[in-house]
Amino acid sequence: MWKFIVRRLLITFPQIILLSVLIFLMAQAMPGDALTGVIDPNVSLEEKEELRERLGLNAPWHEKYADWVGGIVQGDFGQSFRFKMPVTELLEQRLMNSFWLSLMTLLFTYLMAIPLGIISGRYNDTLLDSSITGYTYLGFATPLFIFALVMLWVFGYQLGWFPTSGSVTPGLEPGSMEYVISKFNHLLLPALSMALIQTVSTVQYLRSEIVDTKQKEFVITARAKGASESRVYNKHIFRNSLLPIAAFFGYEISFLISGTIFVEKIFGYPGMGLLFLESILLRDYSVVNAVVLIFGVAAILGALLSDIILSIVDPRIRIK
Amino acid sequence: MAILEVEDLKVYFPIKAGIFNRTVDHIKAVDSVSFSIEEGKTYGLVGESGSGKTTTGRGIIGLENITAGKILFDGVDITDKKSKTKDIRRDMQMIFQDPYSSLNPRKRVFDIIAEPLRNYESLSKLEEKKQVQELLQLVGLSPESILKYPHEFSGGQRQRIGIARAIALKPKLIIADEPVSALDVSVQAQVLNFMQDIQKELGLTYLFISHDLGIVKHMCDDIAIMYKGRYVEQGTKHDIFNNPQHIYTKRLVSAIPDINPRNREKQFRFRRDVQKEYDESYDDYFDDKGLAYGLQPISDTHLVALPERG
Amino acid sequence: MSNKLLELKNLKTSFQIGDEYYAAVDDVTLTVNKNEVLGIVGESGSGKSALAFSVMGLHTRAKIEGNILFNGKDIANITPQELNRLRGDELAMIFQDPLTALNPLMEIGDQIAETLILHNQNMSQKARKERVIELLNMVGIPRPEYVYEQFPHELSGGMRQRVVIAIAIANQPELLIADEPTTALDVTIQAQILDLIRKLKNDMHSGVILITHDLGVVAEMADRIAVMYAGQIVEVADVHTLFENPKHPYTRSLLNSVPADGQDKLHVIQGIVPALQNLPREGCRFSERIPWIDATHHEVNPVLHEVTPGHFVRCTCHKHFYFPDKTKEAELHGNSRS
Repeated sequence: MWKFIVRRLLITFPQIILLSVLIFLMAQAMPGDALTGVIDPNVSLEEKEELRERLGLNAPWHEKYADWVGGIVQGDFGQSFRFKMPVTELLEQRLMNSFWLSLMTLLFTYLMAIPLGIISGRYNDTLLDSSITGYTYLGFATPLFIFALVMLWVFGYQLGWFPTSGSVTPGLEPGSMEYVISKFNHLLLPALSMALIQTVSTVQYLRSEIVDTKQKEFVITARAKGASESRVYNKHIFRNSLLPIAAFFGYEISFLISGTIFVEKIFGYPGMGLLFLESILLRDYSVVNAVVLIFGVAAILGALLSDIILSIVDPRIRIK
Repeated sequence: MAILEVEDLKVYFPIKAGIFNRTVDHIKAVDSVSFSIEEGKTYGLVGESGSGKTTTGRGIIGLENITAGKILFDGVDITDKKSKTKDIRRDMQMIFQDPYSSLNPRKRVFDIIAEPLRNYESLSKLEEKKQVQELLQLVGLSPESILKYPHEFSGGQRQRIGIARAIALKPKLIIADEPVSALDVSVQAQVLNFMQDIQKELGLTYLFISHDLGIVKHMCDDIAIMYKGRYVEQGTKHDIFNNPQHIYTKRLVSAIPDINPRNREKQFRFRRDVQKEYDESYDDYFDDKGLAYGLQPISDTHLVALPERG
Repeated sequence: MSNKLLELKNLKTSFQIGDEYYAAVDDVTLTVNKNEVLGIVGESGSGKSALAFSVMGLHTRAKIEGNILFNGKDIANITPQELNRLRGDELAMIFQDPLTALNPLMEIGDQIAETLILHNQNMSQKARKERVIELLNMVGIPRPEYVYEQFPHELSGGMRQRVVIAIAIANQPELLIADEPTTALDVTIQAQILDLIRKLKNDMHSGVILITHDLGVVAEMADRIAVMYAGQIVEVADVHTLFENPKHPYTRSLLNSVPADGQDKLHVIQGIVPALQNLPREGCRFSERIPWIDATHHEVNPVLHEVTPGHFVRCTCHKHFYFPDKTKEAELHGNSRS
């Protein structure tokens, strides 16, 4: 197993490096640079050119890349043009917000997916299964941004059960009980909206795993041993079906990233997704770069996590 | 005249290991196998799973990369994949084990059988249809069934479709890899009879790969026994069944259930004796890696893997 | 005390296809005695596995009619709880494919121990582990302590089948059903596994139902043989009678289709085994595969006739049967050899 994990880790590094090069080159290809729009329009072209030279903006791309990566390694993503503050500082708060949102979403996703998938798989082709499958089809067909808007309108504005924007009620002291509750309250609606849509793929996956496992011959062996139906399901079918789901966990991160971009925008929740949209609209390239890099690394690490989980839970991989 | 000559054939598969997935060793699936088949004969290649019998067949027809060795077909060297020109390939065809998975389920019988014709011959649509219908008739299926799909046929019928495809180009050699092991007893009989009939009719040569000694005995003129990639014994049907020399051959022969229940005790005793001999004289027949030695002739037709004497 | 371990009386197992029920096992009456190996022979689609699954109560969606008397008690329609008490304890089964019959994510030892847990809660963990090791030893697995903690994929096919057998014999069953136990194995391994089943049967004095398509296997293993065709038993006899004096056309055809010494041409049975929905439900089911036999020779409602004590044959057509490539005289003459 260790060999497998080490080998898997070794693949991850080139992936991340390739990702950073791609992001850097794409940013380079975009019009304008750090000086565009920052400098007083009255400054002459020659002076600008001199300034560029001094800031290293005219250096060949690989030098600039090395410079950029060198900064990142030290935790320096550069300056945000628009917010006039270091990108790192800007990211810190947003990253925490997105982290909590994602965690909450994952929790809801699995809280719904596991029971629904199990019921649907065990009692497949019954009315109960049909209604759950019906829900999953609806979930697949509903765009997240429309669903989130509806949720916001119904529960936020019409019923007024949840706050409609932000990540915490202003004026509360960080660390106090009220602050934590308020944070949680702000998380609920966006997390739930995302989870309700995101859970359907896991429900479907779990359902088909169970339906599949049910027909395996070792299940017949278990029955022939005299195991009751509940034992057959608990000891043999569910266990074997949940393992691939566990491995799917890492990949959920990629879905979460795309989900947060919509949901944070709609709920005005100050996280990475919202920052991403804002900085694109404002052409704040150093921020865009940083956000894309973090998203990309998160997705790569998610895939890594999936493979590691699978290697731990599945003896067929573990032994090798 | 020998239609197929195989000299010192080796097919190795790399074993990858370690963090960098480097090749650390090889599985010697086929390890120095040599034989030749006379035209019009049936040559049986027998072994248990993992013996390399299937890999040998696949290596000869070019489905597996050959590590070393030489293959002569009709006197022409076809070892190099590139030199396996179309003409040679059309003269050598294969029948696969599983009639359920070796036919494309989305293709009609007509297209399945016509495929080799389309690859090698430019026939008009009408001629093509006529040929396919003739082939179907030859394998005992109704010519009207050309528009059906494989799932509409039983296992035996499917295997006959596979045979029709293999003989469409009138090949000289057919490599049959466990052609009946997925079939029921009575269907097995049908396919085996049929293979014998077309052999006479078309002058075919068979390389018959099987794990079933009973069937091999029924079908083959010459038989080779393989174990862990090597030959342990080769000879005529009579040599192998009436005068087996290698302990592994004896073990195989003794393991076949006797269809006469009166022979039970005799068979059990035979098996026990062979097992005893196997346990006692293992080192005389296998080297320190548990592999067979090189073949030594004990008669004109009979070769046995024994350590070199003296 | 009766010697009868299992008695099937007019057993009928039907499956729903579309709106109709079709019987895969149709009116089977059969007995298995204690300390006896009953071979059930038939080709795919004959209903032999469906019969085994019916006895074990393993069909999830089938209609079962008739009686399955196990030690005199009808178990055809008992509650799941009662059934689970029998299965794995007094009734056990060995499956065809050892590669799929074991849970890939469970240690070998735990899979065997499960059978013990289910039927004897009082056993201490230590005693249980000892018993599992003992069982692994009994089925001839080397280094049982080590294998205990291995997973199925680490064992060869033959070793896995030994584990499947260890599970089946864990509680010393009175009836052991082996459904094609060696079909997926190499011939040398087959010989070992059959030897093991024979030895265990002799030690435990169990009744064994051995289901196979391989006539050689039953010739070597069985005391009595039942031949099945299209859901019905067409012939039952002790092993010597069946091989030396087979009566039913299907039995004879089957025996002639296996390669044997000095045989030039194998016998081919005309036509194919009909699908479940297309089985002829009236008259002799084999009649359409021996069309050269005059229709009047078949019974309207074929039943099993006892031709000699213990030898049963279905339908009267066997009296008039001959192989089409031989003359009737030659066949009758040939048949009288013994």
